[in-house]
This record gives sequence, C-alpha cells and structure tokens, in this order.
Amino acid sequence: MDVKDIIKPENLVYEKPGMLTANTMHYCPGCSHGVVHKLIAEIIEDLGIQEKTIGVAPVGCSVFAYNYIDIDWQEAAHGRAPALATGISRTNPDKIVFTYQGDGDLASIGTAEIMHACNRGENFAVIFINNGIYGMTGGQMAPTTLLGQVTATTPYGRDAERNGYPLKITELIAQLPGTSYVTRQSVHTPAAIRRCKKAITKAFEAAMDKKGTSFVEVVSTCNMNWKMTPVQANQWMEENMFPFYPPGDIKDGSKADPASFKQN
Amino acid sequence: MAKVRGAVVVDNEECKGCGLCVVACPHDVLGQNKQVNSRGYHFSFMKNPENCIGCSNCAIVCPDTCITVYRVKI
Repeated sequence: MDVKDIIKPENLVYEKPGMLTANTMHYCPGCSHGVVHKLIAEIIEDLGIQEKTIGVAPVGCSVFAYNYIDIDWQEAAHGRAPALATGISRTNPDKIVFTYQGDGDLASIGTAEIMHACNRGENFAVIFINNGIYGMTGGQMAPTTLLGQVTATTPYGRDAERNGYPLKITELIAQLPGTSYVTRQSVHTPAAIRRCKKAITKAFEAAMDKKGTSFVEVVSTCNMNWKMTPVQANQWMEENMFPFYPPGDIKDGSKADPASFKQN
Repeated sequence: MAKVRGAVVVDNEECKGCGLCVVACPHDVLGQNKQVNSRGYHFSFMKNPENCIGCSNCAIVCPDTCITVYRVKI
C-alpha cells in the first residue's frame, strides 16, 4: 500500500487542534511550552469551553501565549497572575479561569500571590512550568534550580551556603487548605504527556465545579539554557530533576472544611 | 504481519528539527532530513514509511504540532 493511499481525510487520527492558531511558536526547538500549549488547546476543545475560558499569562517565555491559543487572555505583571485571576474569577463566576506561569514567575517574585490565592481557595487552575532556570532572560538561577546546577549566575553550580536551597513550591502549596488538587507531571514521553493531559483536564474540571484552587506543576526542560540538545535535556531531566521533583499526585481531594477550623 | 499501516505528514516549514519525534517513534520511522527548511532547520521526514503504524506518538511529543497522522486497517 502506498503512502499516498493512507493519507486521506477519512484515515486521519491526529491533527493540530483547532484551538491553536496558525502562528509559528517563538519557543526554541524542543521546548516543553509547545507541548503544554497543545495540551491546553486540546483540553479546551474537548471540554467545549472556548467561549468561557480566560487565561492569565505571566512574564517569561510564555508571555506570548495569547498568540497561540485562541481564547481570551489577560497579561499580568510579573508574578501577579494569581492576583489577576482572583479578580477575574470573582467578578465572572461563570467563566473558567486559569493561570499559566513559569518558575521564575510563580516561585520567585510571585510566591506571595500564589500562596495567598491558594490559601483563599480561589476557583481557578494553575499551570506551573518548572524548568529550574530563568529561560527568557538568558538562563540565570531560579529558586527551583537544583544544587550543583550550572547557570549563568551560578557558573560553578548552585551552592546551598551561597544561594540557598531549591524550593519545592508544589509541596508547600499542597499543605494549604484552599487547594483541592495538587499534582506534578512532566511532558517528556508520550505516556507522560497523556498523564499530564488527564491531570490538566482534572484541574480545569475542578475550576469549573468551583472546588478551590487546582495546581498542576509540569517539570519541563529548557534545553537552550541547559546547553543540551532537546533529547539530552529530557534525559538530564529524568536523571536529575525527577529524584528531587518526583512526578505524581500530591493532593487529590477537596478544600478544607471551614468547620474543622473552629476555634474554641 | 502488521494489520495497520500509518503515515505521517510533517509540515516542513513549521518543523524546528528538535528531533523529539525521532526518539519517540517506536518503529524507527522518522529521521532528520539532511536538507534544511527556509529557517535552516533539519526537518523530520519518514525514512522508513513502511514501518509506520500510525500510533501518533511523534505527533503527541511534537512541541510545534507540525505532524499530522493517518492510519488505515489492512
């Protein structure tokens, strides 16, 4: 059978989701952002919520997310996406709101905003891309950079005495009473991407059902700033990031019952 | 013998030649072209088209979503 006989519309099994625009992404070759954008586009299409979804984009590489996913977007100041999402979700309770943030945005300058939004149990989903480095500005050390990892500002590797310890922000957020679903995923293999899609779907459904904040960390690569090929970066992530940031659900339930907080 | 045959179409101009689809393919179908596209990337192509089973793994890992997958039962 010739290839030309297979390539027919009736045999189609996978194509670009209609929610993704025709713009070429500005991300570097092999960047995990593209995969997560595609998953979000597929999920919004599957749930049929294009008209009522509002995304809040951060400062970072994904600042141009509004160019690629065909929904309504708001651009937040650096780290303030959860504060903006709080306002949008409270004033538009019929909309589904999500933030899309990187580790320099969420775990560094925006730590206060994400902590308090999750503590209040605001009804939105958070997609957190953790690649352990500041990608957009040229590969400086982020709070999530691993000990010993070489970056532009830690040329001899991150040292705990000098630079402090890596921040496991997802574990911190899982302890907050306002969160209903906290998970850590990755997008380096087809199986991991399918699991990640299920997790993000669950997070969006939690936001639709007003269950409290749902938080999905995606352990990602930044091959350009790690100075590796995309394939090497995925291997490096498996060998070095996963022991410290193990994938899996951290919290899967509902937000805390106010009755359990009664003071005598 | 294989009961399904597949084929992929790579958008040569969108492909950035990251090579993630090449390692994701379980049947060694894809390879990187020696030629480059207008942006200078070695775009992916089917080097062994007869091995393709249309599993869509390459399309799922593609960050730029430039792969379309077709499958037919024979």
